[in-house]
Amino acid sequence: MSFPGGGYEGKNWTEFMEGIWERNPVFVMVLGMCPTLAVTVSAINSISMGLATTFVMAASCWLVSLLRNYVPKEVRIATYIVIIATFVTVVDYAIQAISLDLYEALGAYIQLIVANCLVLGRAEAHAARNAPVPAALNGIGMGLGFTLGLTMIGGVREILGAGTFFGVSLFGANFQPWVVMVLPPGGFFVMGGWLLLFAVVRARRERIALAAQET
Amino acid sequence: MNVDALAAEATQTTAMVRTLGLVSLICGLIIVGSFEVTLPAAQANRRLAAERAVFKVLPAAKSIAEYVALPTGGIEPKVGAGETALPPGAVKFYAAYDAAGQLAGIAAEGAAKGYADTVRVMFGYAPACQCVVGIGVVSMRETPGIGDKIITDKEFVANFKALDTRLNKDLSALANEIKVVKHGTKTQPWQIDAIAGATITSRAVGKGINEAAQVLLPRLVPNLEKIRSRP
Repeated sequence: MSFPGGGYEGKNWTEFMEGIWERNPVFVMVLGMCPTLAVTVSAINSISMGLATTFVMAASCWLVSLLRNYVPKEVRIATYIVIIATFVTVVDYAIQAISLDLYEALGAYIQLIVANCLVLGRAEAHAARNAPVPAALNGIGMGLGFTLGLTMIGGVREILGAGTFFGVSLFGANFQPWVVMVLPPGGFFVMGGWLLLFAVVRARRERIALAAQET
Repeated sequence: MNVDALAAEATQTTAMVRTLGLVSLICGLIIVGSFEVTLPAAQANRRLAAERAVFKVLPAAKSIAEYVALPTGGIEPKVGAGETALPPGAVKFYAAYDAAGQLAGIAAEGAAKGYADTVRVMFGYAPACQCVVGIGVVSMRETPGIGDKIITDKEFVANFKALDTRLNKDLSALANEIKVVKHGTKTQPWQIDAIAGATITSRAVGKGINEAAQVLLPRLVPNLEKIRSRP
């Protein structure tokens, strides 16, 4: 299956698109739920968290792949964790240098990227078995897919819970914010809502495909 | 399979140690390198954030200087960056100066447990009236729409226009402890009228300021002359 509308069928393109659509980390693989539910109180937090994770994934997948023929299998997990932790530390410093407000908003979840099963999972399942370029592309794709998923959740939560989108007020002063949406339960509601929507769309598409087959 | 074949199949111990050592070395270099590169920007950000917080509680301020109040009663300029540089028992505060370089006020941080997490507030102190003249929130995780009224509720914020923090006769503690009282029952200038429905957060603000002022002001007030004008 290829990305709808995508004319490119090259291997690198497939590697890149895998995480964005077909195996989206948030909505298909449902990995890395801890930051997904915790930091998505606003669109800007979501996109920042997503991009931080993307950088960590791209850099660590690339380095893991580069070292894949030299790392003995007995110590591979230790090696991957050290590599991932390194890039997470780099992101941590970078965010402190870019904006302290953002750093405070994301809190401990930046450091917790180390423990994001998506990152270690990709290093182990993909990067360790592929050449550096496809590995990095796959990492970037997965990261951007994660960013997309987070922003879709964060955008909805911000609009309903604060009446703003990327900080821009949408409804004027009379809007009564739906506060539960920026509280922890809101994360589950919105996540569930998106999953429901995708499930309905998928079921419908399968039904249509089946009907077309029968006629 | 005999023992020799098994041993040949397993990775040599030295190879494992070498790989881990090499990877750690590369990673160590990356971490230290990125720390060195980002340090100036991160420090500048911290200073800006501190200035912004101080200017908010003391609108007349144009520049700030960091000081520490020592447990022995003296004050001295703060040296070095970060929290770790403080001598034991010392409290950090900011002296804020106006455009002419004269002391516009003192700002310090107080913290107390709120409803969800610690509420950290910055308060501005004016030596002239010996009172708190403004507060701002440094960080909190209180319920949006309820706990965050401590910034948005005009009635509550009005408590901090002239909150009495005079010291007692021997300058060892506040003459009157800062107290948070039930909504609508404020009668004294050292009382804080709580927000109805956000009592716990209101109390955290009062407690944070009270605890910080009880420690800081007895050390600060006898030494005010030292920091009257910008160093």
